[in-house]
Amino acid sequence: MSRDYILHRIRTALGRGAGQAVADPPPARIRVPQVSMELRVASMLERVRALAGEAVASSDPCAVVANLIAGKTALASNAPYLAECGICGLPGVRSGITGREELREICATVDIGITSADYALADTGTLVLLSSPREARMISLLPPAHIAVVPRERILTGLDELFALLPNPAEASSSMVLITGPSRTADIEQILVRGVHGPGQLTVIVV
Amino acid sequence: MPTEFGQKSHDTLVDAKLQLAIYTATGRLKEKRIEAVSNDALPDYQELRTQANDIKKHTIDNLDHYLEEFERNVTAHGGKVVYCKDGTEVSDFVLALAKERAAHLIVKSKSMTTEEVDLNERLEHHGLESVETDLGEYILQLAHERPYHIVAPALHMTRFQVADLFERCLHVPQETVIEKQTALARSVLRQKFLAADIGISGANFLVADSGAVVIVENEGNARLTTSAPKIHITVAGIEKVIPRAQDLATFLKLLARSATGQLLSVYTSFLSGPRRAGEIDGPDEFYVVLLDNGRTRLLPDKSKRQSLYCIRCGACLNTCPVYRKIGGHSFPWVYSGPIGAILTPQFMGVQHEPALPFASSLCGACGEVCPVKIDIPKILLELRSDVKKADAREHKNRLEKLGFRAFAWMMTHPRIFEMAGRIGRSMGWPSGNKGPMGAWLSERDLPPLPAHSFRDLWRRR
Repeated sequence: MSRDYILHRIRTALGRGAGQAVADPPPARIRVPQVSMELRVASMLERVRALAGEAVASSDPCAVVANLIAGKTALASNAPYLAECGICGLPGVRSGITGREELREICATVDIGITSADYALADTGTLVLLSSPREARMISLLPPAHIAVVPRERILTGLDELFALLPNPAEASSSMVLITGPSRTADIEQILVRGVHGPGQLTVIVV
Repeated sequence: MPTEFGQKSHDTLVDAKLQLAIYTATGRLKEKRIEAVSNDALPDYQELRTQANDIKKHTIDNLDHYLEEFERNVTAHGGKVVYCKDGTEVSDFVLALAKERAAHLIVKSKSMTTEEVDLNERLEHHGLESVETDLGEYILQLAHERPYHIVAPALHMTRFQVADLFERCLHVPQETVIEKQTALARSVLRQKFLAADIGISGANFLVADSGAVVIVENEGNARLTTSAPKIHITVAGIEKVIPRAQDLATFLKLLARSATGQLLSVYTSFLSGPRRAGEIDGPDEFYVVLLDNGRTRLLPDKSKRQSLYCIRCGACLNTCPVYRKIGGHSFPWVYSGPIGAILTPQFMGVQHEPALPFASSLCGACGEVCPVKIDIPKILLELRSDVKKADAREHKNRLEKLGFRAFAWMMTHPRIFEMAGRIGRSMGWPSGNKGPMGAWLSERDLPPLPAHSFRDLWRRR
C-alpha cells in the first residue's frame, strides 16, 4: 500500500538515498558472568520463589510431579525429556498430542500443563520455551497450573548468555517465550492478582 | 475561557478520590522502579541507558535501512509486512482480510499504537467484534474510556466502579472482590480467545535481523492473542525497530524495571512468522502492519527525532509532578505525561493544544528516569519556542512581545530598573485574579515586598 511513500518520506527526512549503506550499529552489549552451577541452581530456585512460584530441586522429578498431580488431570508436552523421566506414564497424564485442535481442547480442560524448558535464566528465574514439535505453545498457557521440569545443565546465567547462545532465535522456531513467574495483573487498584489469562500456579522442578 | 485541557486538569485537581488514586499508584510504581535500578540491583544501569540510547539513535538515523531488513526477514519466515500511512489504511487492511477469511471475532492485546488510530471503533463500525483482552483495557473498553496511563490503563478506577460496570455490561451480580472480578473477566475472555478468528497485538520491539516481533506482558493475554487464532496481525509504529536480537539483552533489562520494577515481565514473546512445519500450534498467517501516522513528521529535526526512541515504559509519568496532579485524561491525546507533552504536539501539530509544552515545571525528573535517555525537558523548550513562533506568525502575541521588550529594556537600564522597583514597592503586588497576570496569580502566593531594595541596603552598609 503505502510502502514506497513511507520509505521515501523517511529517506527525504533523514537525507538518505535508497539502498544507501549504513555504518555498523554500536556493538551489542553482551556480558556473560562466570557463575558456578550450584549458584545458578540456587539463584533459579530463589528467584522463582520470590515470584510466588514453587521451586524444587530433585533427582526424582517423576515423584514430585506425581505428588503434585494427586488425582488431577494433566497434559505433558512431547519433550523427550519428560518421557525419559517417566512423567508421561503417570496416571492422569496425557501426552503425545500432535493435532492443533485436539491439543487446544485438552489444554482448555486439564488442570495442569507439564513442559520441559529449552533453557532457564538463573538471575531472573525465567523459563525459556521454543515452540517445536516437542513443545506446543498452549501447554504452558491454557491450563490453570504449569509445571516445568528442567535439567540443571540448561540453566544459563541470564539474558546475555541466552542471546550469546541464540543470536537469532528466529532460526530455531517461530516462537520463543520467556516465562518469569505466574501470570499476574495489578490493573484494578494496583492489587496483585495471579492467574489472569495464563497459569496462576507455576512449579519449576530443577533436576 | 478555560480550554478543555485546563478544564479537565482543574476537574482532576478538585477530585480528592482521584488525586489519591493517581498519587498512590504512580508513587508505588515510582518506588519500585527506584529499587529495581538501584546500584545493588543493577550496577550497570547507566551503561545500559547509554547503550540503549546509542542503539536507538543509530536505528532512527538509518530507519529506512532497518525497516527494509525487518521486512525481508519477516517475508523469509513466511510472514507479510504492510506499510500504513494512517488509521484508515490500517482498518482497511484488517477489514479486507477479515472479509476474505470470513472472520468476525477479533481479540486484541494492549497496544498504544492501535489506541492512536481508534482501531476498535473503526472495526466495530464495520460490524466486526473487536475485544480488548488486557484486564485494564477490557474494563476501559466496556466503559468507553481511553487509557489513563501507558502501563496502568485503568489506574483511575476503583473496584466499585468496576463492579458497577460488570453488572451493567456483563449482567452479573455486583462483585467487589478484585480476585473474583479478575476471574470473571478471565472466564468471559477465555471464550473469546477460543472462538476468535484474528488476534491483533502491538509490539514492544521489531527485530530487524530476525524479522521478529517482541511483546512484553504480565497477564498472558498477548500470548493467547498471538497464538490461539489462525491469523495474527501485529500493529506497530515504524520507530519500534531495533537492529539485532542481541540488543534485547539491553532493552529487556531496562523496560520492565522502568515500567513496574520487575526484573522481567512475566511473558516475553519473540515471534517470527506463522507456525513452521511440525510445530503443533501457532497462527497460520502472520502480518506486521508498520504504521506511520505522523511519525515521519518527527524525523527532519535532528534534536526532536529522539522523541521516537521512547519504549513506552511510563516511568516519566510516574515521576512527573504535573502528571501526578492532573492525571492522564486531562491530556488531549492517547499519550499522557511528559512523553505525551512532547509526542502530541509533534504528531498533531503544536496548535492542537498549545498549552501542552508549557504544562511542565521543567524540573528534569522525566529526563533523569528515561531508560533510553530522551532529553524530554530540552524538547519541551524547543516545542515552547515552536508554539511562540507559530503565535508570532499569526500576530497573536503582540502584547506579550511588547511586554518582554519593555522588560528587557528595564533590566538593561539600571536607573529605570531602580525607579521601577521604587514604584513597585510603593504600589504593592497586584491583587485579585483579574488582569493579564490573573491566571498566573490565581495559583501562587507571592512573598511580602521588602521595604528596601538590595541596592539601598548595599549603599547603607
